[in-house]
Amino acid sequence: MASFRKIARRSFLIGSAAIVGGVAFGVYQIRKDAPNPLVADVGEAVLTPFILLNQDGVTVIAPRAEMGQGVQTTLAALVAEEMDVAWEDISVLHGPPAQAYYNQALLGLALPFRHYADTDFRQSLRQGIGQVGKLLHLQVTGGSTSMKDGYERMRHAGASAREALKRAAAAQLGVAASDLRTEASHVIAPDGRRIAYTALAEAVRDIPLSDVALRPRSEWKYLGKSMPRVDMLAKATGTAQFAGDVPLEGMKFATVRINPKRAGMLSYDDTAARAMDGVEAIIDLGDGIAVVATNTWLAMQAAEAVDIIWEEAAYPADTAGMMATIAAAFDRPPNSTLRDDGDVTAEIAGTEVVAAYTVPFLAHATMEPMNATARFTGDRLEIWTGNQAPVMTRDRCAAAAGIAPEAVIVHTTLMGGGFGRRAETDYSVQAARIAAALPGTPVRMTWTREEDMRHDFYRPAAMARFRGVVADGAAQLIDGQIAAPSVFQQSSLRQMGQVPPGPDRAHVEGAADQPYAIPHFRITGHLADLGVPVGFWRSVAASFNGFFLDSFIDEMAHAAGTDPLQFRLALAAREHAPSAGVIRAVGDMCGWTGQTPAHIGRGVAFCHSFGTATAQVVEVEDTGRGIRINDCWIACDPGLALDPAIIKAQMISGAVYGLSAATQEEVTFTDGAADQSNFTDYDALRMHTTPRFDVRILETSGHLGGIGEPGTPPAMPALGNALFDLTGLRARDMPFIKTFDMIL
Amino acid sequence: MAISLTINGTAHRVDLPDDVPLLWVLRDAIGLTGTKFGCGIAACGACTVHIDGQAVRSCQVALADVWGAVTTIEGLGQPGNLALIQQAWIDHQVAQCGYCQSGQIMNAAALLAEIPAPSDADIDAAMQGNLCRCGTYPRIRAAIKDAAQRLAEV
Repeated sequence: MASFRKIARRSFLIGSAAIVGGVAFGVYQIRKDAPNPLVADVGEAVLTPFILLNQDGVTVIAPRAEMGQGVQTTLAALVAEEMDVAWEDISVLHGPPAQAYYNQALLGLALPFRHYADTDFRQSLRQGIGQVGKLLHLQVTGGSTSMKDGYERMRHAGASAREALKRAAAAQLGVAASDLRTEASHVIAPDGRRIAYTALAEAVRDIPLSDVALRPRSEWKYLGKSMPRVDMLAKATGTAQFAGDVPLEGMKFATVRINPKRAGMLSYDDTAARAMDGVEAIIDLGDGIAVVATNTWLAMQAAEAVDIIWEEAAYPADTAGMMATIAAAFDRPPNSTLRDDGDVTAEIAGTEVVAAYTVPFLAHATMEPMNATARFTGDRLEIWTGNQAPVMTRDRCAAAAGIAPEAVIVHTTLMGGGFGRRAETDYSVQAARIAAALPGTPVRMTWTREEDMRHDFYRPAAMARFRGVVADGAAQLIDGQIAAPSVFQQSSLRQMGQVPPGPDRAHVEGAADQPYAIPHFRITGHLADLGVPVGFWRSVAASFNGFFLDSFIDEMAHAAGTDPLQFRLALAAREHAPSAGVIRAVGDMCGWTGQTPAHIGRGVAFCHSFGTATAQVVEVEDTGRGIRINDCWIACDPGLALDPAIIKAQMISGAVYGLSAATQEEVTFTDGAADQSNFTDYDALRMHTTPRFDVRILETSGHLGGIGEPGTPPAMPALGNALFDLTGLRARDMPFIKTFDMIL
Repeated sequence: MAISLTINGTAHRVDLPDDVPLLWVLRDAIGLTGTKFGCGIAACGACTVHIDGQAVRSCQVALADVWGAVTTIEGLGQPGNLALIQQAWIDHQVAQCGYCQSGQIMNAAALLAEIPAPSDADIDAAMQGNLCRCGTYPRIRAAIKDAAQRLAEV
């Protein structure tokens, strides 16, 4: 099996010694422009940037990173399907930072079209703009794009590798390649002679790759089936390696203490800390300090003992001040009006509905606190970090260490949860700086949970004001205003140093782009100028807009006297068949009648996000000792179910993430710092509070949709709508525990 | 002064201050990184190991207080020699990010040792201290029940 180290060495070679070796593959379009970062060792072959073949088997180099979503498994299945690799012969590694691994699908999300209305023409436009990602070296795992991005690329890689192996075998067997077939990691001759792929690793090196037609779905063996996950054995035995598990000779252990007010450090006194057990170094990071010790816990104790005077926050000191700043954005001209059907200023006869909603800042709270392991040797930096953006990580770490990007090796390890948090580079840069301060000493840096909670790039707090009109049992008008700090603008500033002009489409995702045919329908986005660090939290703005719009739709349905499920169905049926399909399906699954016993409440919700229409029904029960969430039914339509078990797991995972937030999560601020510090005050659903789940996957959509995020947005309004059905009280402010007596 | 410990059947001598939590002894001094750090305050269960067969949060047990033989996920079973419960975890494809799963498995193993055929309520009570941000709970529950069934057949 290939090792991270070998892969990294290869990637380093390409950076430092230009083009190495004569193994130049480059036939199909995508490979043509981006150089292959991998270099074959003796006895092995690099068949495209995605496949490494040697005596041990086939290693798939994954362009996207595994944070639990199962991406390694399905990317491997895409390759194995065309290449005819036996499943047990395949292993997967994350690709090094390289242009070849750019995410073609991610930039496509930025086009100003509604996803549900994608035509083939628009899909091709998305692909076209995606090529820009190559120029930007946009190697990012996010936006639920991994399958959209990899679906053809990985299969093409597998197919051309298969044909090259047949040609290599043909020369050895003395038969025409066209007479050979492949099966279970072997090339097979008409007379039954078999040559293992591993035995062809040397011979196939010099065979040029050709473009090969992909197999039709009817011939698939792996795709469309639930494959055993490639990371499961390691994760069930404690042998899976995360960034903080990398053992290095002579390693020291570090932690950081950074200004929780997200500003600088005026002064610090480390006299007491320096004298503590095991402390070896205390490093000034400008906005805080790092302690390096002989043990992580000793470093954490010493970090607490450093006396620090922090600079004050550059944003309002408390939550009330922040919410006032967000509310003030309503009074300014909108940044965007990306939905403006009909005329919402017209006098429309009917019943008027008005509601306002508020959601709080949220932390990602990945199970694995931010961490990284790094070693600086004077002219080179090697870093092991679970991250969603290797190229950006490499470049930032290089700048921090004062060396060229080519002198940095990034090992992207498994991530103990990402959810968008690990798209940032702050923790990797800290590890790089600590390592750079101690040349020759490998350092494993681990944040405390408290640091993690207080130094997040939060899901922004957001507010909405909606006005609607219903008549004849249906929606006639929706005029919605959404105010929040902009994730897109902040992250653009962080990553690229500038804010792209124009309307911020990402700010109104989940509301402006919904497949609802409403005669008069406007959504305006109002950007709040607030310096609290915000970032990409699972489903991004759809995490609040999905709640705002769908909760309001539910209020309108009740005002119209129409069954909430039928009300949504009527809106979607005229606009987008797959969306109507999932609403209908979720109703079938739960036996929706619109009627429930007095102690039971049911809520339905819908959101089309990241290309996948998803509908959910949540059932709650008043147990007499509090309200419990009993069941959650989910119907989704990603167009194509590449791995049904992984899709179901992601849908449940997304819903648990959303329900956790909806019930109890919020980050509040006092004196410029986040109040929450650990799972005692920022908890999530647990075994006893998680509902039963039932998931149905539909495949009627014409385009491949995302999976990691679409389960999150509808969970929150589905729960809120269920609480209304149970109690008659509208759930307009999250977390719901503040209003409802929920069992947690 | 060095302190002696038995971990996964092997004797170790550790030269660290008395109050260093077992978690950080295992991870940093012994190199057994299957046990994970999640919160440091016994609120998530990621660091669960066994001491004399009992599930404990290793972030809360000081080195000097370790009262018996320690078993970690590495001692429960290896990739080539899986414990029955680990096999159940694989069969049910439980893990997603996987970071909490060592602790989940260790806690579930202790539950089954105490209650061979746990009810849903038993599982709720025993497992609610183990947080999973990926939401793998339904498959954890199924794997525990399956492991209980198989243990009964052994």
